[in-house]
Amino acid sequence: MDNLLQVENLSIAFFEDGIRNIVVDKVSFAVKPGEVLCIVGETGCGKSMTALSILGLLSANAHVIDGSIVFDGKNLLDMDEKELDKVRGNEVTMVFQDVMNSLNPVLTIGNQLTEVIRIHMGYDRKSAAEYAVKMLSKVGLPDPEAVMRKYPHMLSGGMQQRVMIAMALACGPKLIIADEPTTALDVTIQLQIMKLLSDLQKEFHMSIILITHDIGLVAELADRVIIMYAGQFMEEASVYDIFDHPAHPYTQALLESVPCIYDDPDKKLASIPGVVPEIYQDIEGCRFFERCPYTVPLCRHEQAYTEFRKGHFVRCHRAEKGEIPIAKRQ
Amino acid sequence: MQKDNDRNPLIVISGLKKYYPAKGMHIGRNTPVIHAVDGVDLEIYEGETLGIVGESGCGKSTIGRQIVALEKPTSGHVIYQGESLSDMPFDRLRKIRTQIQMVFQDSNSSLNPRKQVFDILADPMLYHGIVGKDGLDAEIDRLMDLVGLPRSMKHRYPHEFSGGQRQRIGIAKALCVKPKLIVCDEPVSALDVSVQAQILNLLKQLQDELKLTYVFISHGLGAVRYVSTRIAIMYLGRIVEIADTQELFDDPVHPYTNALFDASPLPVPKLRGRQRLVLKGDIPSALNPPKGCKFHTRCPYALESCMTEDPKLIPVEEGSGHKVACPVLLARRIKRESHT
Repeated sequence: MDNLLQVENLSIAFFEDGIRNIVVDKVSFAVKPGEVLCIVGETGCGKSMTALSILGLLSANAHVIDGSIVFDGKNLLDMDEKELDKVRGNEVTMVFQDVMNSLNPVLTIGNQLTEVIRIHMGYDRKSAAEYAVKMLSKVGLPDPEAVMRKYPHMLSGGMQQRVMIAMALACGPKLIIADEPTTALDVTIQLQIMKLLSDLQKEFHMSIILITHDIGLVAELADRVIIMYAGQFMEEASVYDIFDHPAHPYTQALLESVPCIYDDPDKKLASIPGVVPEIYQDIEGCRFFERCPYTVPLCRHEQAYTEFRKGHFVRCHRAEKGEIPIAKRQ
Repeated sequence: MQKDNDRNPLIVISGLKKYYPAKGMHIGRNTPVIHAVDGVDLEIYEGETLGIVGESGCGKSTIGRQIVALEKPTSGHVIYQGESLSDMPFDRLRKIRTQIQMVFQDSNSSLNPRKQVFDILADPMLYHGIVGKDGLDAEIDRLMDLVGLPRSMKHRYPHEFSGGQRQRIGIAKALCVKPKLIVCDEPVSALDVSVQAQILNLLKQLQDELKLTYVFISHGLGAVRYVSTRIAIMYLGRIVEIADTQELFDDPVHPYTNALFDASPLPVPKLRGRQRLVLKGDIPSALNPPKGCKFHTRCPYALESCMTEDPKLIPVEEGSGHKVACPVLLARRIKRESHT
């Protein structure tokens, strides 16, 4: 099957006072139609930057310095704003973490939602309103006509996120990029929203790129998983491979450091010593070197991202040769 | 399981209520109030870690603030070793405060940005006369060691540390006055997972070494289970279930507890299709909480009586420390047991 989105060698840098700081370093990945891809990583690893760059939404001091982003056969990086506007909101849409700041506080929900529908789908006012009501009930909002007349502050966080999802779905996109869509929500509401996203994804056969730091959510939703650390991909595999046979020491440590409610109560939680390097563009060898328990002198100088098993990529020359023990997980 | 009356309560909370006037609303005789904590009875025993879990707005942090006497309750009492904190003269409270300390969620705003770590730790110790000027250096080195920070960093400012290191400073600040009880209010929620584990392990290790009692407030079930010996589940200002950690996870009774357990994502992809209880709707507003059982608007088991009768915390068996505020499921449970 052809890839819906193909990102090749993408590098993104911040420019500040003439200094270039590379925050996303030569990442390549693909999304197939109907696939849920999760990009996982800790604060500052570059996962959100990668997502924002796809829709040309990087802030003014960040630039794509290399690579290509091909969506449906067209390179998004070659498009001007006008062409890009036809893609974003139409074929590729985004759901943000911070719903309170993503909705316009002075417009009613109805106003905001119908605007999207009228611009992208060319509906007139009346049919756009009808369609909007249909979308709101699709995302499980009770009494959608009343919601149309409300302002964002009158809705709870969970309801606002449902409105955002309705807006993202309105034009029947092929790809939704969801950047930490439930981080600001309570767990019982998170479950509602995740279930909704996953049901709609199946119904409309969309692809989703989910950006998150929550390992639990990844296990619940992903088809493929990319583990990101310090601007690079460390490991990419199917969700089952990542959880059952994690190869990279960082992936292993990350999985071990999450407290699970069904763990053995006496199990000591593994923690990763040290901190993420703050500036990592000049590190020649492995960026996880300082925190890795399996290093050999070669790690200081060498790193390569290879497919060591079918569909399973890792950036660790020891894991690739089978020198890193894989902890047996239940 | 240990019986409650064998143990020594450090803190007894009785009939605690805390209402806040709703901000930005019309001020006057009829200012609406937020029912943050609405009638809580709770004991905290020496040496335990009591986890308090609930979603935003359930009142868990408000209870924390009452325990460290940062605010006065609207009614009810927080009694520390026989003395009520709310009607204590200031001088006495000042002394008691050294024994009850707090670790905050946001280490960024809870540490003074203009002070070096040395002064952040030294000032409370000098103020309370914990050490004199001569012993100060050695004591600060000891604290830095205790929380796993290099001694050489003591003359740095908070912004020069990472989030996890700042939280270690926050813990050292709480420890410096030699407390018995530490209230940890979401101490790891702002941290990345790999660093969360470091802080959780540090808290556990310090508890063993220093024989501390913790109140651990969090919305993350995994973290709470990892550190707590006993857990209270809160919903809209009330405790709906309380039990020893193992018992609570083996045998959760209250429908909200079950929903909360089901809602927390499991890091096991094989289990993604499992049966779970998905709650409908949102948490009602604390401005106008529902009558009767506060959970009845979202509860799949609610009967008509739940809308009017306010459920009390009842032990699941006589003398058990496992208490539940749900007469409906308790009755079913007893029936089920008598059948088997």
